[in-house]
Amino acid sequence: MRYVGQPIDRLDGVAKTTGAARFSAEYPYPNLAYAALVHATIARGRITRIDTGTARKTPGVLAVITHGNAPEMKPAPKPNQFDMSTLAAATSVNYLNTDEVYWNGQPVAVVVAETLDVAREAAYLIEVEYAEYPAAVDFAAEEGNARPQKSTMLSEADGRKGDAEAALADAPFALDLRYTTAQVNHNAIEPHSTTAYWDGDHLILHEGSQNVAWVRDHLAIRFDLPKQNVRVISPFVGGAFGGKSFVWPGTVLTALAAKVTGRPVRMMLTREGVFRTVGGRTPSIQRVAIGAQLDGSMTALIHTSVCQVGRTGGWSEQVTSVSRHLYDAANIQVQQNLVGMDLLANTIMRAPGESIGSFALEATVDELAYELGLDPIELRARNEPARNPLDGKAFSHRLLMECFEEGAKEFGWAGRPQEPGSMRDGRWLIGMGVAAAYHPAWRFPANLTVRLSDDGTVLIRCGLHEMGMGSATAVSQIAADALCVPMAAVTVAYGDTALPDTTTAGASSQTASVTASLLAACAKLDRAVFTLARKTPGSPLRGLRRADVTARDGGLYNGSRGESYHDILRRAGRASVEARVGADTRLGEIADQVRSMSKFLLDRRRWVKAACGAQFCEVLVDSDTGETRISRWLGVFDVGRVVNAKTAASQLRGGIVMGIGLALTEETLVDPRNGRIVNASLSEYHVPVHADIPVIDVRYLDDPDPTMPLGVVGIGEVGVTGVAGAVANAVFHATGKRIRDLPITLDKLL
Amino acid sequence: MKDFAYVSAPDVATAVRAITEPGAKFLGGGTNLVDLMRQNVERPDTVVDITRLPLDRVEELPDGRIRIGAMMRNSALAAHRLIRTRYPMLAQALLAGASGQLRNMATVGGNVLQRTRCPYFVDLAARCNKREPGSGCDAIGGFNRNAAIFGASESCVATHPSDMCVALAALDATIELESVRGVRRLPLVGFHALPGDAPQHETAIAADELITAIELPDLPVAARSRYRKVRDRASYAFALVSVAAALEVRDGVVTEARLALGGVASRPWRAHAAERALMGAPATEESFRRAADAELAGAVAQSQNAFKIELARRAVTATLRQLHLPGGAA
Ligand SMILES: Cc1cc2nc3c(=O)[nH]c(=O)nc-3n(C[C@H](O)[C@H](O)[C@H](O)COP(=O)(O)OP(=O)(O)OC[C@H]3O[C@@H](n4cnc5c(N)ncnc54)[C@H](O)[C@@H]3O)c2cc1C
Ligand code: SF4
Repeated sequence: MRYVGQPIDRLDGVAKTTGAARFSAEYPYPNLAYAALVHATIARGRITRIDTGTARKTPGVLAVITHGNAPEMKPAPKPNQFDMSTLAAATSVNYLNTDEVYWNGQPVAVVVAETLDVAREAAYLIEVEYAEYPAAVDFAAEEGNARPQKSTMLSEADGRKGDAEAALADAPFALDLRYTTAQVNHNAIEPHSTTAYWDGDHLILHEGSQNVAWVRDHLAIRFDLPKQNVRVISPFVGGAFGGKSFVWPGTVLTALAAKVTGRPVRMMLTREGVFRTVGGRTPSIQRVAIGAQLDGSMTALIHTSVCQVGRTGGWSEQVTSVSRHLYDAANIQVQQNLVGMDLLANTIMRAPGESIGSFALEATVDELAYELGLDPIELRARNEPARNPLDGKAFSHRLLMECFEEGAKEFGWAGRPQEPGSMRDGRWLIGMGVAAAYHPAWRFPANLTVRLSDDGTVLIRCGLHEMGMGSATAVSQIAADALCVPMAAVTVAYGDTALPDTTTAGASSQTASVTASLLAACAKLDRAVFTLARKTPGSPLRGLRRADVTARDGGLYNGSRGESYHDILRRAGRASVEARVGADTRLGEIADQVRSMSKFLLDRRRWVKAACGAQFCEVLVDSDTGETRISRWLGVFDVGRVVNAKTAASQLRGGIVMGIGLALTEETLVDPRNGRIVNASLSEYHVPVHADIPVIDVRYLDDPDPTMPLGVVGIGEVGVTGVAGAVANAVFHATGKRIRDLPITLDKLL
Repeated sequence: MKDFAYVSAPDVATAVRAITEPGAKFLGGGTNLVDLMRQNVERPDTVVDITRLPLDRVEELPDGRIRIGAMMRNSALAAHRLIRTRYPMLAQALLAGASGQLRNMATVGGNVLQRTRCPYFVDLAARCNKREPGSGCDAIGGFNRNAAIFGASESCVATHPSDMCVALAALDATIELESVRGVRRLPLVGFHALPGDAPQHETAIAADELITAIELPDLPVAARSRYRKVRDRASYAFALVSVAAALEVRDGVVTEARLALGGVASRPWRAHAAERALMGAPATEESFRRAADAELAGAVAQSQNAFKIELARRAVTATLRQLHLPGGAA
């Protein structure tokens, strides 16, 4: 392979760095109007009065839309596992079609005006009064109301092998610990933005999205349109991390505002608006208990969790999923629980579940190692399973211990004194920590077409999403190799529902999903072109069998006999040849979905597939003030085949940065009195800044997974897993203090 | 935001005349005012841009004092040779504030008058006596992890967030104010008010006054000084606690000490009690801790910020220790 694996620059890099790339709030329409939201200031209740008089009279205001005058929209559909598009709604609220308030921050009015400033000023002038209902908004206080989470086709909420509680009681060594993690928010650099306009009964939307098909399907339902009347365009997305997977109120309301005013309308949420209308990662309360023999072999592993969901919706996190896979305990029990809250629906955020679940599990394993006087890596080696611990399924591929070995060597792990508080540099206490990273590998159906034109160029049309990770670049590399053409000959059209529906950019699945279809389409195309060549009179390939021919240098050849794609198509009088994966009729689509779903389930019954890795970190803790700084980081990963060495490293590194935020600085403060987010700004919500991040050394083993297309397992999320565990373990090594509550702010270390 | 009239003043006379219009506000770098206007906390009718005023120089006066023009940008002041060599704590305090971009915009006058970062102050849905006198204080019983430990009242527990002012307090700086009524000078220590029952009154400046300059005394002890800021991330975060300290030690005994704390009160907190405890004491860890204790004896915690008392104790002790160690002033 000429391109796959190479550190190739992102194809859209120049467009982004020069400002040529257009994001969804940057489309200049003549006649463009601007929208702003008014947010509810109570957690639960009913609007009793809404005074829009002054706002409406403000010069430049085009419309003030409230539940009093909003056109009727269809409600969000009931979620149904068999029709994925019904899962697109972020919440079940029919915005502005109800006087009820379900969370503090819910949009209660939209102002549309000639300029952004007028829209925001008029929004300020609207007065709302409420009748308040009692509301459950204090997560810590609601713990007792948690109920067992339901399992779904894609995610089991519980699991059991043997009797873990009994084994724990009998174990010579036992730990039973409680962990808590704070709510955090994605904070992508591009706030959620929509530009919408109506062309008759057609709705066109520019929207930064991780799933354009979902946005289309959902809006078609809400505005009662045939699907094909809605087009969603999303070539550039300024970061998403899960926050742009579902359809949040701003999107629906921009389309509504455009309908009411008959104008193209742009709404870019303020940072506060993102906090108030787009959910974050749930807080969690977790229990991890491990029982072990003197030699460290685990006899019991219990991992339970309590997370929240909004009463109008919210993602159920797979917090305990890591405990199904990581350690070969004789008895295992995992159980996830949920408590319903009168808060904005929480949502998926980079490695939902595994990010926070791995914190609790990996911190406990470290603690156990210290109890037993074992090196934490040695303890892991003694409990490394040959088959999936919970159910005995086979691993498709797993080089976790190899990651630890390579990492330990590179990081100088063996040289550290194990005693906590024993390394120091002036006022800084030094600590080293390690943890496992783990994220399941997914693959979903993806439709696309590949077209070869008579000028030798290749066009791939697929509705994939580019949120900055380099997806289109990776797809070009794979296609160029599959068809043996130069990468410069390949163009990828993406981020548009006018293209075949591809798949969500979520669950680290996009590259694997697209690769499978792309390879199939390229193989089809190759056959079609060859058939064409051997049938065309005068072709040098006439009469040859495919096996006699190799594709190289943009053509098909048998030794020196053969010709370029350009010549093959010209000779045959064809402008282009196209191959397609995925049906283009509704019926075919359903059949495809059923077929791929059953294949998927079959596959899942057989294999456990995942990306994994070892996170090593060194921290400095100020012995006076408890300030914690990361001084070194190394992540060694088993992520199957790496398609692009440069963008892959960036993905893993970005995940680690996000994990450092989760570990040390990030916390969304929800006022327990009224459910209002108190730090809805980037000055008070602390993402890590440059000075918080050391050089991050990222390595990978580059060993393809034999059961995945091209051996790819997905790298978008595994980087964030294990990070908080490694940090907490390093903080312990530095200070002798176990902090079981994220984020690890300095007050917890005083 | 609300529409407003914009006046750009070429000279001080025009500026102080323009500010007498009702609803007028000075605009420095705008890094605080414009944010607050976007959040509708400030809604001026007229904005008087003063960044063109010729008040952007550092001068050494004949008697050795230093005069800093109020329009001087924070980054320029931090980089100035006189400040770096004679008042290192001030240069360090400036550089510990905000981010490079903000420091390039922020002016000295604006820094003195920046408003609190109490989260409820900027959320119009919250009750806040400072923003809306008599409405209540949501920080009390709410999120007050970074609230004051000195001088708070039952109506407000907010802190003044400036780093620069902490150094200015330790240095006994003077603020020069000018209005159509004339010029007056006030000591920086005491310029910012304690909340009492009127937290909306934050400083001693009158509505029509312009800060024209800050003056620093000739203070040899300041050449050996240090600013230490403790915060939740390595950069670009407000202080949980900060310490500005200068120390003169002769024959192992403290002969002069300057100490001020930031992030602990509605004003930069000059630590007089600690200074008194240090004077004449042996320059030891024990004395440093005792000085910190003397100051912190008067500290009172809110529901979430008790840790700041211990943190302040440690930060003071550590800063003095580092100052006293050979090479520790760096
Ligand atoms: C994200 C963020 C982080 C920050 N972090 C820090 C930090 O860590 N430490 C820190 O100390 N600061 C920090 N700051 C605050 C920053 O230092 C102040 O915003 C800045 O110093 C204000 O100066 P300015 O010139 O921009 O003031 P402006 O915003 O222009 O004005 C502020 C106020 O002062 C008035 N004013 C301005 N100049 C004069 C004058 N000459 N006479 C009379 N009135 C005047 C204005 O009318 C206004 O009321 C931060 C700010 C932001 C936005
Ligand atoms: S502490 Fe002061 S600024 Fe904060 S809410 Fe209370 S009154 Fe307002």
